[in-house]
Amino acid sequence: MLTETAPHYRQPLLRTPFYERQREYSQLDSFVPWAGYSTFDVFTGVEQEYFAVRNASSLYDLTPMVKYRIAGPDALRFLNRLCTRDLGKLAPGRVSYTVWCDDAGKIIDDGTVFCIAPQEYRLCTAERQLDWFEASAIGFDVEIREITEEVAALAVQGPSSAKLLRGAGLGGIERLKPFEHGQFSMPRTGGGAPITLMVSRTGFTGDLGYELWMQPQDAESVWDALMDYGRTRAVRPIGSKALNMVRIEAGFLLPNVDFVSAAHTLYLGTERSPIELGLAWLIDYKKGHFTGRRALLAESARPPKRQLVGLDIEGTKPAHNALVYTDRSGRKEAGSVTSALWSPTCKRNLALAIVDAPFIEVGSTVWAEIYLSRELVWERRMVRARVVERPFFAPPRRRATPPADF
Amino acid sequence: MSAAGQYDAIIVGGGHNGLVCAAFLARSGKRVLLLEAADHLGGAAVTREFAPGFRVSACAHLLHVMPPALMRELGLEAHGLKLAAASLPSVALAEDGRHLSFGPGDLAALTSAAPGDAAALADWQAFLKRVARALHPLLTETPPRLGTDAWRDRAALLGIGWRIRRLGRRDMRELLRIGGMCVHDLLEERFAHPLIKGALALDAVLGTNLGPRSPGTMVSLLYRVAASQGADVLALPQGGLGALSEALARSARAAGAELRTGAPVARILVREDRVAGVALASGEELAAPIVVSNADPKTTFLGLLGPQHLDAGFTRRVSQVRSRGFTAKLHLALERLPQFPGLAEAALRGRLLVAPSSDYIERAYNHAKYNEFSERPMLEVTIPTVSDATLAPSGKHVMSVIVQYAPYTVKQGWAAQRGPFTAQVLATLARYAPELPAAVSASELLTPEDIEREFRINGGHWHHAELTLDQFMMTRPVPGAAQYQTPVPGLYLCGAGCHPGGGVMGLAGRNAARQVIREAA
Amino acid sequence: MLRHCRFIKPLLLREPPDPTSFRPRDLQELLFLGKHFHKLGEARMYDTMRFFTMSCADMLEEYFESEIVKAHLSGSSIIGTALGPRSPGSAYVLLHHYMGSIDGAVGAWGFARGGMGAITQALAKSFQASGGTVRASAPVEQILVRGGRATGVVLAGGEELHAPVVVSNMDVKRTFLETVAPEHLPPEFVEQVRRFKIRGSSGKLNIALDGLPHFPAIPQGSPSTRGDMHITDTLEMVERAYDDWKEGRWSREPYVDMLIPTQIDPTMTPDGKHYMSVFVQYCPYKLADGEWTPEKRQAFGNTVIDAIARHSPDFKSLILHAEIRTPKDIENEVGLTEGNIFQGELTFDQLLFNRPIPGYAQYRAPVRGMYMCGSSTHPGGGVMGAPGANSANAILRDLGRLQ
Repeated sequence: MLTETAPHYRQPLLRTPFYERQREYSQLDSFVPWAGYSTFDVFTGVEQEYFAVRNASSLYDLTPMVKYRIAGPDALRFLNRLCTRDLGKLAPGRVSYTVWCDDAGKIIDDGTVFCIAPQEYRLCTAERQLDWFEASAIGFDVEIREITEEVAALAVQGPSSAKLLRGAGLGGIERLKPFEHGQFSMPRTGGGAPITLMVSRTGFTGDLGYELWMQPQDAESVWDALMDYGRTRAVRPIGSKALNMVRIEAGFLLPNVDFVSAAHTLYLGTERSPIELGLAWLIDYKKGHFTGRRALLAESARPPKRQLVGLDIEGTKPAHNALVYTDRSGRKEAGSVTSALWSPTCKRNLALAIVDAPFIEVGSTVWAEIYLSRELVWERRMVRARVVERPFFAPPRRRATPPADF
Repeated sequence: MSAAGQYDAIIVGGGHNGLVCAAFLARSGKRVLLLEAADHLGGAAVTREFAPGFRVSACAHLLHVMPPALMRELGLEAHGLKLAAASLPSVALAEDGRHLSFGPGDLAALTSAAPGDAAALADWQAFLKRVARALHPLLTETPPRLGTDAWRDRAALLGIGWRIRRLGRRDMRELLRIGGMCVHDLLEERFAHPLIKGALALDAVLGTNLGPRSPGTMVSLLYRVAASQGADVLALPQGGLGALSEALARSARAAGAELRTGAPVARILVREDRVAGVALASGEELAAPIVVSNADPKTTFLGLLGPQHLDAGFTRRVSQVRSRGFTAKLHLALERLPQFPGLAEAALRGRLLVAPSSDYIERAYNHAKYNEFSERPMLEVTIPTVSDATLAPSGKHVMSVIVQYAPYTVKQGWAAQRGPFTAQVLATLARYAPELPAAVSASELLTPEDIEREFRINGGHWHHAELTLDQFMMTRPVPGAAQYQTPVPGLYLCGAGCHPGGGVMGLAGRNAARQVIREAA
Repeated sequence: MLRHCRFIKPLLLREPPDPTSFRPRDLQELLFLGKHFHKLGEARMYDTMRFFTMSCADMLEEYFESEIVKAHLSGSSIIGTALGPRSPGSAYVLLHHYMGSIDGAVGAWGFARGGMGAITQALAKSFQASGGTVRASAPVEQILVRGGRATGVVLAGGEELHAPVVVSNMDVKRTFLETVAPEHLPPEFVEQVRRFKIRGSSGKLNIALDGLPHFPAIPQGSPSTRGDMHITDTLEMVERAYDDWKEGRWSREPYVDMLIPTQIDPTMTPDGKHYMSVFVQYCPYKLADGEWTPEKRQAFGNTVIDAIARHSPDFKSLILHAEIRTPKDIENEVGLTEGNIFQGELTFDQLLFNRPIPGYAQYRAPVRGMYMCGSSTHPGGGVMGAPGANSANAILRDLGRLQ
């Protein structure tokens, strides 16, 4: 039985400040560890939670997201040497999505960089990697500190999310443009000093949405304010299973699903460069040297061998972990699916897949080998798939400023 | 900024490798500028006046690993290099006066004292000679890269394998067996007399951070042997090692290289991800498309170039290069020639070894592991004035002592420990030459910290980086910069931190020059 | 570490090539090794080269800051060796202790129910089920050689047993210096066997306890008591323990690896009582001040017990009996020359194609029909079974019977 006072070897997973609140909504007691925390992968049902994101609003506990505070006279120089993107143009109040690579140009991880103030940044990423950051900091006057536990975070995503935040007392939220962040305040239930928190217009859903960053002691108050308003307005907490569905629709990548960090690979040849992951647009070769630049430059001069693409697959059965072939005979492999779903919103059978050249061009046809089980009777189907543009779902409401109510 | 196009190559650092590199680059037709921070050339291969009228080689005090072929190619004799003595014998000192003297090919004294060991030594030296001839070419070649498709690398790897095969089954087996061994175990197999074992162990650990029981000490021994092609002929340049550097400088100038002293380089300039030249501490900028650094790898990459031009993984590897010195140098000004009971005065021309057994050396090493020094250090002593009267006033002498082990970091700090350390060395010497301390009129101690400061070597290691199997050949100093090139186009390394390593050898400089010429073509 | 484990695993159940030979089999094997290494890619090839040649201390210092973590991890690098954590090549020994796996869990170590004896018992049963005959209390005094061929053995007491294939599981010194008459062996080979390094450095204490000792540093109820327990705080302690061994003394502050397996295996003691197994580095086979005596053995044991007692106030009072084994005892009881638990040190000059003797690293003795299958052969010590399996393959191949 997990308790607050149990010694560390009996309670190996931490709990976020939202744990107790979320517990109330968990009908299925379904937990999954993430970054050392106990998190919920589903509360009531994946479909219900999914539709909360696409039709109303959802709350997702983002606290286990690993966060680093990066500050010092060389903070920007450090970040620009670490990341592939030019962060020199990132002004205070703005956020940038970027990747960083090893010396060979293979992706270590992706994340978002918030410019809090000149030479002060917050970097958010899925996995802890202080040793790589410290190696990258040799010769730079910069301080890097993990602040994961110091910041509680909640993702509020969905077409009515702006209305929800205003309803909970966050005035002025509608002026926030995509990839901007700012300081906001909201009244505290039960009186007292208002809660101040940072809100960014960022998210992992590809929809209209915001991420709230607050002090851990304010977490439950924020939650209460949101749910008090949202309970009767179709707002639900969602787990990672539902989040996974929407992020695939948005074409976003998940570490250890769509790529493995080059820092952890055991097998050779499984590392991927951002070019191979279709993220070449994140690479700025002109901004000066960054780790992996020379290798990426050399790679970009060669014809690509493979690439992560979006697939639109015939039929309605999701192509989980399907191998992909050049033709229906299945004699020659051409890649494999990394993420798949039947999209209830797009009404299409979608997947992300790493596919070999020359099938990486949009419009190419490949074949997916799908295995179906009907009450344990297995069937194998070869299904045609077409390479399509990503993201699969990109509603204009996600960029609208000021955003609509729903 | 100097007019672009004035220089084809700038060499940072005027140590002996930098001078060799300058000479070869100039001879190939390049316009070369060499910049040295100190007001004299030579780096650590210099002669210094450590007391009025008394001069000594600052670090290495014998010449024995610079290939004669290289010296001939550079015309060093014509440029003024004279030897005060050559083929010096070695004397393994014993506290009871029963010293053992032996030299290359000269085992007469040993044969009467320890006949079994004399025969074993002859055998051993013959084996080393055979192996050295096979291994020597490795030193004069760029180490191959592994895993590339380049025919040159593959050919080089096959060439290494072939040369080792050509040793014949017996020698090849033995080489593959002992290559990674510790010298202590090997000596136990072949020799009986502790003085012999001590002397041979000294050769294996001198200048290293290892003890005789450390695996890998055979590598440093084989390396030393390969460098001299098994000859291991110890020579004393007239005027100290500084005379060698002066001859190198003349040779470089004669080839057309411009050598500037008193010109410390503050930064290596990079433009459009290529080397563009250097900036001096004075602010003066000098342009060149090629910069070759004679400085140690950490100084070059982390200091002069800056990690912002390098990848993080590479930077981390450079910062992990082990480069802390474990060796100190003690210089003594002597009013008269000291007496070593049991040793004829003529024998004082040789190098004197205080290494009475392998265990003695290991015990001295033990202390260094814990940032301490032993009260019984291992010493290699020369009295160069016996052969070269120019180093001291008439009738007086200089004693040059290489001391192991003197760890870079010592408990309570070197400032507090210099005195006690010097006293220990003198006390140790006094066991073999009781009147020595009374004859000392001045002394100078160079600790690794001093060496770091004086010769601008990060960590104070004479060889710029430890010579161990993991910092060797294609991993020296780090993968990605082990073939004299660096990740920044146009920037090269030519110092002891590259293959083939340290010792006053000059091959790093020559190999680097060849690499530059090859790639610029 | 996992990358290094993956690299070395396929090499364990393979016969080492003879790099001096031009035989197709050897060339093929060299090619295999070359390709296997090459498959790592350039960057990892260098990593592997560095790892195999570095000292454990230098390797750990590149990854860790905490002295206790480094000291703890360094223990596996010195087991059974004549090395300290600062000795180049000790990082390899660390790998040697990680590279095993149990049921797919790489790097895992397991407890056999009933103790390690259960493993050899199971092996014996398997052997018998395959038709083999086991005779215990049958010490072999001599291996018979006639006309350059092995023809059988002579037991103590004179009984002769004949067979065309004789395989020795004894260490290489015991085999060739004590059990085969020298006239049957090339003199150079004998000389090489003589200088094969097999210096024991490990001691063992088997302690019967009247209850579970209390370790105040371990929180009540923590599962830590069920695993390996070490009491070494710094790398310096481990290295100094090694320095003592070099001087022909047991370590004044020994490295110990303590295990109380009775917490999960109830078959080994009466209920409520416990058995503690203490593995110790370093303990020399030859003492500087003369031979081992019962008093010296006790003094060694006391050093270890005192060290443990500093961390457990009631430890001594719970000791019912302490069996102390020095390398000399291990040699006497189990027949391991000089008490070296690996049947030979694991250093570059005694690994792969150098193990045990260059030119004789393929399980075949210089006498036809005679083979070696013990840990003196590749891939070396540890309860692995690989030397035995590889040796069997070599024998079957020679007999033309390899499947």
